Amino acid sequence: MTTPLLTVRDLSVQFHGNRVASALNQVSFELGQDEVLGLLGESGSGKSVTLRTLLRLHPARSTRIQGEIRVGGQDVLALKGRALDLYRGGTVSMVFQEPGLAFDPVYTIGRQITEAIRAHESIDARSAAARALQMLEMVQIPQARRRFDAYPHELSGGMRQRAMIALALACKPKLLLADEPTTALDATVQIQILLLLRELQRETGMSVIFVTHDIGAAVEVADRIAVMYAGRIVEQQPVDRIVHTPRHPYTEGLLAATVGPEHRGQPLRAIPGSPPDLAALPPGCSFAPRCAYVSEQCRRDRPPLLAADDQALACWHPVRGLVEAA
Amino acid sequence: MFAYILKRLIYAIPIALSVTVVSFILVYLAPGDPLSAIAPADAPEEVIIALRSAYGLDQPVPVQYGLWLMRAVQGDLGLSIATGREVTSEVMRAVGNTLLLAGFAALIGVIAGCLFGALAGYRHGSWIDRIATALSVIGVSIPHYWLGLVLTILFSIWRPWFPAMGAGPGGSSEWLWDLEHFRYLVLPAVTLSVIPMGIITRTVRALVADMLGQEFVSALRARGLSGVAVFRHVAKNTAPTVLAVAGLQIGYLMGGSILVETVFAWPGTGFLLNTAIFQRDIPLLQGTILVLCMFFVVLNLLVDILQPMIDPRMGRA
Ligand SMILES: Nc1ncnc2c1ncn2[C@@H]1O[C@H](COP(=O)(O)OP(=O)(O)OP(=O)(O)O)[C@@H](O)[C@H]1O
Ligand SMILES: [Mg+2]
Repeated sequence: MTTPLLTVRDLSVQFHGNRVASALNQVSFELGQDEVLGLLGESGSGKSVTLRTLLRLHPARSTRIQGEIRVGGQDVLALKGRALDLYRGGTVSMVFQEPGLAFDPVYTIGRQITEAIRAHESIDARSAAARALQMLEMVQIPQARRRFDAYPHELSGGMRQRAMIALALACKPKLLLADEPTTALDATVQIQILLLLRELQRETGMSVIFVTHDIGAAVEVADRIAVMYAGRIVEQQPVDRIVHTPRHPYTEGLLAATVGPEHRGQPLRAIPGSPPDLAALPPGCSFAPRCAYVSEQCRRDRPPLLAADDQALACWHPVRGLVEAA
Repeated sequence: MFAYILKRLIYAIPIALSVTVVSFILVYLAPGDPLSAIAPADAPEEVIIALRSAYGLDQPVPVQYGLWLMRAVQGDLGLSIATGREVTSEVMRAVGNTLLLAGFAALIGVIAGCLFGALAGYRHGSWIDRIATALSVIGVSIPHYWLGLVLTILFSIWRPWFPAMGAGPGGSSEWLWDLEHFRYLVLPAVTLSVIPMGIITRTVRALVADMLGQEFVSALRARGLSGVAVFRHVAKNTAPTVLAVAGLQIGYLMGGSILVETVFAWPGTGFLLNTAIFQRDIPLLQGTILVLCMFFVVLNLLVDILQPMIDPRMGRA
């Protein structure tokens, strides 16, 4: 990996409400130019929080953010005012999980894309609209000209998600954050959207962070997978290796709990227990209460995230050691 | 859209008709004989009977209603028993004055309410929010006439900045657009604006706070829209509801200003209604109630028509 496009170092996010919830705990990872990172983890593990922090979308007053985020050399956490607005949607943009909720319901699709383009470039309304229409054609929306003047509620879910992607890519971002872009769609449409995203990524050479709890989808589009648990990254490996040689017990559990052709004939096993309360995390490894390989050390000391080449692991008793996996 | 407006108009007809029935009947349910107001107490029997038939009061009630309605449709609401003047012109002049007062009060109420509400919604939970909420509660619960008296004492007697009686110099009830007349408008309008201000503040605050928590506002920020641009979106999304609430409030102002108009001797419908009730002036009372109710019907109609023009999700379903 040459100089990474995105560097996240020791990123911690706490929400201060009635209780203090530590949604992210010292998350570190890097992402290269043209690379697709799959972010995997069960519900509540902090995937969306990670993406929202990258765009600084959390309410400033109730959120404490520590650590460092750099995108193309820019210190993201120090951005303010106009620079922050230009960064959002210009350098990094986002595709939301529920396209039905992510559009303003009272403006047409075309107007919203046009508006986003004009927020980033000094360009006249007509050329911006022309480009917005081009974007709709690029994401293969049938009858794009008609959809341009449609309101969000007039489109189907799949069509809306295509429009969302068109909007996200309209200002040629270097990094696209896709937060479970297919979860709200039905199965056939899911595959179409995944293929579209992969195709657009290859065409534009942008980097992508793809959040999902569907391992199949992650394998389809990602180069590398990072597994999150209770606000921490617990394991990272290139995609082709992680499915065959998971090293963290949690990853192994996730894979065992997945339905897929490669698991045909094997029993489907759910991970016992539930994720910990983020306001009262255990002192040691967060996964310890649910782990089959747990020891005294796991309950007492937090395992550090150790990185080697293209992989990383935070576990005292990995299913496979670094050497064995390499 | 045209079909929709037509449908709304047709729906409004039965409502308007029932309004006429109710305003006609209500007055007959009230106790007291209207003739006692005009005939001397010792008037001979023949005079009473003559007067009764002259005003049509000897006919059966449905016939009276039919005659009254036919004339009302043509704009003739009869003659005032107390003054002998045409009810229609009396009511219309009062309506003009009330509209002026209500319109100005609504303007103050809506502008201030939207401002405070938006501020409170944006700064949800802060001291600005608490002050705005407190003000809106006070605004809704404070008695009108009491506030009117306090404002009169403060700004008309203690600091004689604004007059507190009538709609113009020398007790004239003819409005003119000049500064002198405008000064007469200030105190009653401010008094009257307090309730809509409170209600609109609360509505806007709740709407804005809810809107800001919605995913699409995060998404707007994620697109790199500036704070002002995001606010434009929030405003357009809250506008239909605010419009509906404001429309109802203006309706209430039209009829709800009896006390304020009486306190400030403002020659509007409330004042007229008050006079008509105390003088048992049935034609005047009927005419005023009818016109006021029609205003509600028309206002609701307008709101119904305007709302889907702003919010594309409504009306097409
Ligand atoms: N603004 C906030 N205030 C308080 N807690 C929050 C806030 N946003 C997220 N959280 C908490 O942070 C935790 C992580 O949430 P997050 O949305 O990142 O999960 P996720 O991994 O995206 O899950 P899912 O797969 O369900 O989308 C959750 O427990 C959530 O309740
Ligand atoms: Mg999520």
